[in-house]
Amino acid sequence: MTAILLIEQILNGLQFGVMLFLMAAGLTLIFGVMGVINLAHGSLFMIGAFAAAGTAAATGSYVLALMASLSAAAIAGVLVETLIIRRLYARDHLDQVLATFALILIFSEGTRFLFGSFPLYLDTPDLLSGPVTLPGGIQYPIYRLFIIAMGLAIAGGLFWFIARTRIGIQIRAGEVDREMIAALGINISRLYTAVFALGAALAGLAGALIGAIQSVEVGMGEPVLILAFVVIVIGGIGSIKGALIGALLVGLTDTLGRVLLPQAFGLIMDASSATTVGASLASMAIYVLMAGVLIFRPSGLFGGTT
Amino acid sequence: MRRENLLNAAILLGFIAVPLWAWVADEPFIITLTTRAAILALAGVGLNVALGLGGLVSLGHAAFFGIGGYAMGVLAFHAQNYLPLIEVPFLIEGTKSMPVIWLVAILASALAAVLIGALSLRTSGVYFIMITLAFGQMLYFFMISWPAYGGEDGLSIYIRNGFPGLNTLDPIQFYAIAFTLLLAALWLVARIQNSAFGLALASARQNPTRVTAVGIRPRHLHLVAFTVSGAITGLSGALFADLNRFVSPTMFSWQTSGEIMVFVIIGGVGRLFGPVLGAATFIAMEYWLDGVSDYWHIYLGAILLGIVLFARGGLIGLIAGREVAHD
Repeated sequence: MTAILLIEQILNGLQFGVMLFLMAAGLTLIFGVMGVINLAHGSLFMIGAFAAAGTAAATGSYVLALMASLSAAAIAGVLVETLIIRRLYARDHLDQVLATFALILIFSEGTRFLFGSFPLYLDTPDLLSGPVTLPGGIQYPIYRLFIIAMGLAIAGGLFWFIARTRIGIQIRAGEVDREMIAALGINISRLYTAVFALGAALAGLAGALIGAIQSVEVGMGEPVLILAFVVIVIGGIGSIKGALIGALLVGLTDTLGRVLLPQAFGLIMDASSATTVGASLASMAIYVLMAGVLIFRPSGLFGGTT
Repeated sequence: MRRENLLNAAILLGFIAVPLWAWVADEPFIITLTTRAAILALAGVGLNVALGLGGLVSLGHAAFFGIGGYAMGVLAFHAQNYLPLIEVPFLIEGTKSMPVIWLVAILASALAAVLIGALSLRTSGVYFIMITLAFGQMLYFFMISWPAYGGEDGLSIYIRNGFPGLNTLDPIQFYAIAFTLLLAALWLVARIQNSAFGLALASARQNPTRVTAVGIRPRHLHLVAFTVSGAITGLSGALFADLNRFVSPTMFSWQTSGEIMVFVIIGGVGRLFGPVLGAATFIAMEYWLDGVSDYWHIYLGAILLGIVLFARGGLIGLIAGREVAHD
C-alpha cells in the first residue's frame, strides 16, 4: 500500500517537475542569451492558461486550446520583447526587475479586466480523462501521465534543437559572446526576439497543461515563477540540462516532502503535531535544498563561474 | 546637491504640514494615510541601505518586514490572551509595550538578515536577486502553513500597543511616533553614508576589485549593510502591523518586496530621501488612482514602466538632477 502511494507521489513529483521545466527552460534561455531577468515570465504562463481556457470554452477543442496557448504566449512574448525588454539589455538587473514587475501589474490587472476575478476551468479532453491502470495495479490519471510524456518530449526536442539546429548553434554562440556572433553577420535582435518567443511559448504551454488540473486565475503564474527561479538557481543559470535536473529535483522534493515529512515526524511525536510540523517544514523543503546546493556550488549544479 | 537639499526639506515639510492640516481639519483618514506613507518610507529607507548604498538588489525584504510584523503580532497576541510566550527554562510573557516590541522586531529581523545574508551573499548578480526572493517566499509559505499564529488568516490585535506617555490610539500621536522613527532612521543612514564604513561600502559597490586590493573584504561590508537594512525594514514591519492592528502572511509575500523596492526606485536609488518621496508618491497615487478606476494597477504599472525607461534616477534624479561624480 505504501509502495503504491510512494510510486503515485513520485509520478506526481515528476509531473510537477516537468511543468517547472517548461517554465525554467524559457527563463534560463532568456537569461543565458540576453542576460535579462524576466519576472513577467509568470504572466506569460497565465496568458497561456487563459488563452487555452477561453479557446476551449469557445470551440470545445483541447488541441485548439493548446495551439492557442502557444501562440498567445508567443505573441505576447514578441510584443514584450520588441516594445520593452529590448530597451533593457544594456541596463542593470535592477531596472529589469522593476520593468518586468511593472509588466506583471499590467498583465494581471489587464487579465482581470478582460476575464473578471472569478477563476475559469479548463476540462481535460475525454481521451485523456480518467485513470489508467499501471503495472503493479496502480491507478493513475492519464492526464498527468500525458503531461509527463509531453514535458519529456519537449525537453528532448529542446535538447535536439539547441544541440543540432542552426538556430540552436546561434543561441549557444550568443550565450558565449554576443558581439562576436553579431560581427559574424547574424541578426542578433531577430535572434533575441526568437528566443524570447520560444521561452514565452513554453511558459504558455505549461500554463495550458496545468490549467486543466488547477483553476485558471489571475496571479496563478507568480508562485510557479518563483519555483522556476529556484529551479534555475539550483541548476545553474543558462543551462538547459541544469533546468531539467533542477526541475525534477524540485518537483520530487516538494511532492515527496509533503507526504514523507509528516509521516517521518509521526514516528517521534503525536499525529496532529507531526502533521503541523511536517507540513510547515515541507513547504520550506525546496528552499532548504536550494540553500544546500548554493553552499557547495554558488553558481548552481551546471552553472559556469559567476 | 543644493537643489536636492531643498527638495529634501520640502519633503519633510510636507510630512509635517499634511498631517497637521488633517489634524486641524479633523480628517483622521488623511492622518492614517500619511502614517502609512511614513511607515512604508521607513521600510524603503531600510532597503535603500542594501540597494542604494551597497548595490545589493534584494527582492526578499518582505522577509524582514514580515518578521517585524510578526514580532509585534506574536508578542501582543500572547499579552492580549494572557498566555505566556515561553515557560521553560524561564517565564517570558507577551507585551503590549511598543519600545519592547520594536527592540524585539529589530533584533529578530537583524538575526534573520545575518542568516539570509550570509547564505545569499555567497552569490551575486541575478543569483542574489533570485535567492533573496526565494528566502522571502520560504518564510511566506512557512507562515501560511504554521497554524499557531493564525496561519493564512493572520492575527488580529484588538488594541494598539502602548507607548509610555502617549495615547497611541489617537492618529496624530501615532503618526508622531512613526515620523520620529523615520527621522531617526534617516539620521542613522546619513551618518552611515558619511562614515568610514559607508565610504568603504560605496567603493565596494563601484569597484570591488580595488576595495579587495586595499585589504577590505566586500562581503563583510555587504553583510553588515544587509543586516542594518533588514533591521530597519523589520522595525517598519512592527509599526505597519501596529497601524493595521493586524498581521498576516501577506506581509511576507513577494509583492510586498516588490512594492518596497518600487518606493526606493520611484524616489531615486541611493538618495537619502528617495524612499521617502517614493513611498509618499506611491501612497498618493494609490489613493488617487483607486478613486479613478478599479483596475488602477494597470496605470501604476504604466507609470512605473515610464519611470524605469525614461526617468533614470527616480523622481529626485528628475527634479534635482543626476548625481555628479559619484556613480
